Amino acid sequence: MNKSLTRIARGATRREALVVGATLAGSTLLVGCSVPEVLSAGSKVKPGAFGPFLKFAADGTVTVVSKHIEFGQGNHAGLAAIAAEELDADWSKVKVEQAPANAKLYGNVNMGGTQGTGGSSAINNSWTQLRTAGAAARAMFVSAAAAKWGVPASEVTVSNGVIAHASGKQAGFGELIEEAAKVAPPEKPVLKNPKAFTLIGTDRVRRKDSQAKSDGTARYTQDVRLPDMLTAVVAHPPRFGAKVDTFDAAAAKKVAGVVDVFEIETGVAVVAQSTHAALKGREALKVTWDESKAETRGSAQLLQQYRDLASGKTAAPEKNGWKAFDSKGDAARAAEGSNAVELAFDFPYLAHAAMEPMNCVAMVGKGPPKLIFGSQTPTLDQMNTAREILNLPGAVEIETLFAGGSFGRRSNFQSDYVVECVRIAKKVGKGRPVKLVWTREDDTRAGYFRPLTHHAVRVTTDAEGFPATWRHRIVTQSIMKGAPPGAPTAEIDFTAVEGSMGSPYLKATPIVDAQLITPDVGVPVLWWRSVGATHTAHVMEHTIDILARKAGKDPVEYRRALYQKAGANRHLAVLNLAAEKAGWTTPAPAGWTRGVAVHECFGSVVAQVAEVKLENGSPKVGRVVTAIDCGTAIAPDQIAAQMEGGTCYGLSAALFGEITLTNGKVDQGNFDTYRVLRNSEAPTVETYIVPSSAPPTGVGEPGTPVIGPAVANALLAIDGQPRLSQPFVRA
Amino acid sequence: MAVTLDVNGKTLNVNSPPDTPLLWVLRDELGLTGTKYGCGVAQCGACTVLADGAPVRSCQLPISAIGPARITTIESLGGSHPLQQAWVKLDVPQCGYCQSGQIMSAVALLNSTPNPDDAAITGAMDGNICRCGAYQRIRAAIKEAAAAPAPAQVVAAAKA
Repeated sequence: MNKSLTRIARGATRREALVVGATLAGSTLLVGCSVPEVLSAGSKVKPGAFGPFLKFAADGTVTVVSKHIEFGQGNHAGLAAIAAEELDADWSKVKVEQAPANAKLYGNVNMGGTQGTGGSSAINNSWTQLRTAGAAARAMFVSAAAAKWGVPASEVTVSNGVIAHASGKQAGFGELIEEAAKVAPPEKPVLKNPKAFTLIGTDRVRRKDSQAKSDGTARYTQDVRLPDMLTAVVAHPPRFGAKVDTFDAAAAKKVAGVVDVFEIETGVAVVAQSTHAALKGREALKVTWDESKAETRGSAQLLQQYRDLASGKTAAPEKNGWKAFDSKGDAARAAEGSNAVELAFDFPYLAHAAMEPMNCVAMVGKGPPKLIFGSQTPTLDQMNTAREILNLPGAVEIETLFAGGSFGRRSNFQSDYVVECVRIAKKVGKGRPVKLVWTREDDTRAGYFRPLTHHAVRVTTDAEGFPATWRHRIVTQSIMKGAPPGAPTAEIDFTAVEGSMGSPYLKATPIVDAQLITPDVGVPVLWWRSVGATHTAHVMEHTIDILARKAGKDPVEYRRALYQKAGANRHLAVLNLAAEKAGWTTPAPAGWTRGVAVHECFGSVVAQVAEVKLENGSPKVGRVVTAIDCGTAIAPDQIAAQMEGGTCYGLSAALFGEITLTNGKVDQGNFDTYRVLRNSEAPTVETYIVPSSAPPTGVGEPGTPVIGPAVANALLAIDGQPRLSQPFVRA
Repeated sequence: MAVTLDVNGKTLNVNSPPDTPLLWVLRDELGLTGTKYGCGVAQCGACTVLADGAPVRSCQLPISAIGPARITTIESLGGSHPLQQAWVKLDVPQCGYCQSGQIMSAVALLNSTPNPDDAAITGAMDGNICRCGAYQRIRAAIKEAAAAPAPAQVVAAAKA
């Protein structure tokens, strides 16, 4: 790999860095200020006496302030545990609170200081930060206790929330707040030796929100009710890139409860006193659309264009042509050689389909602008809001609530639905709260899909059946192209190639010629849980099984040999663990067939062995044995939960997920046409964690991309038929 | 024309038009926001409530069609129903948005089938989508609750 490619490869784990660039590009740069300074200018948010992350109450409660949104990942449990461990707090008295928006205090270390949650980075980027915060506060309480009791600080202990001295003196955090707050925080707090951890890595680290999420009191954007609040829905154009031509609001305005109807940049807004009135108003609305600039191609037509590009039938355009993402040896030889395995893979557009459709509450025109919603990337949302209302980004207050899932959808460069809400609230004015509600159909048809993607792979093998040359072509829309103009751009959009780029299989192959092309299409695309791995994992892992079969080798043995060649020790470890726990060398239960797959993303490596059978021609997935190396395991039960949930999310896409467009119109609208995994179709996932003392890495996304190829590989073993496209089941 | 509803044991006159789905009356007019909107077409189950003990999708039920049926929402369970305890014990929720609907479907299941087998669980729960994929824990929690000694008054309240 040449120097620039190495640089790109390093960047692949850091797509977040570009988010920062994109964020800044849309802003007014204040010369001489650091990034977080610029992004928090105008903010009224201040840290407390114990810093931005910890609060103490007289009743002994310790509140850990989470800079990351909780939309299912369980990160609030893990983040709280990290601070509580160093603090030696009583876990039963630890609470979690969502941080307000302020990049300076709550920036994501992996995103260059932008406040945001993504790339499975919450735990990883907070690891040292929250340990330090906990250790610093602990030292402040110890100093305060020592001074009050007249004993050396070195003799004061803290255990399970109790500060004590051998003389018998003891106190809880709640009793020493005033004194401790006056102590200067240590410059370099001493962190625990991980061997002394008593909370981290244990099953005591459990969710703090399960009660509220089981009794209906957990508050989501959809649940916000404020005095005088209006509810808005928007009639959107049927094709991407279309605009309002004319509209007739007469009938809509006659609907009882409808307050106003007006045009905004993205359609026609209907503002009403209730959700039902707004929806009825929209039904009564008549809109004609200007589609002169709309995308009118269908997905089948686009896919054919992608295939023709990959096969060379269509020449690449001069601008925005093919770009190498891996190149090794005499690339020309990758196109030569007989008896090659040639495979072409297709992956459809996918909607995220979070249970809570996109929504937002905004107040504009009186006092500080304020947003209340599940903000995944507060800094971007502040920037995009500030641009609409001509204010400083930091002045935009955001109260972040729980969100009913995201899977990547709530973080995009345009803050699409947020800006839509802000525009409506601006028009309503006077600081009156406006809640923008999207219906399921609005949500499904709004785009920001996982991009339609085509791969063409050609592999020749050596005498032992291992890859000798590997030619790889990927055709997909660029996600990073959605970044605002002026943002720094990488040579290669690594979100399109991650997982193929950096694959141990390519490392183990002497000659590699791998290239990407990213055609311009007017369909908005976005990261979708595990991003590039949603397609690259399937392509790499299914290709490997096809090669193993051709070589007459066991798929696990074949992988082991390649990992050894590539020095991929973590891959080897998870593969061995999953194979052992699944009983790979013993026969599968009667009627079931096993398939294996391994993939690394967001710093973690996951191996799965899935037991699969065909029922009436459709795949049924039973037991799924999962092994993960995610560095230090903070919250084992939540790691298991993410493997269970991530597997379901990936399986849903692999079996059923597909957004199609006909002449530019999205064909699906609701769950009756966009089929998702249901309870009876869910596998039973067992999770095994590889012991590790490395810093923690991601768990939210790495569980998603492996199941598709694991099932494809089991199906290959059942009927010998490669699965070269997802979804496997079509109506 | 006000419609009269029996919600969680209270008789209420509501002002929403008669064609309004129960879901929006619960949420927008009565402030019972535990019941969620997920699809609006009875496909996802997030809006599940009980009508005379049977699970119904409130997004597709106009209030004019309810009559004297007793409506029960998540708020009536009180937070310590055996199913809620099992949900907390096993940390079932992830994003949590679908869980009110999941639990109400499970309440109806256990009221009619106190010890459900896998087929019965599938029959009762397949209409409730969870995009986080907490299905495995949902099934486990239903079995956990079924095995727990149920405080009679809680079940009675849910049946009311």
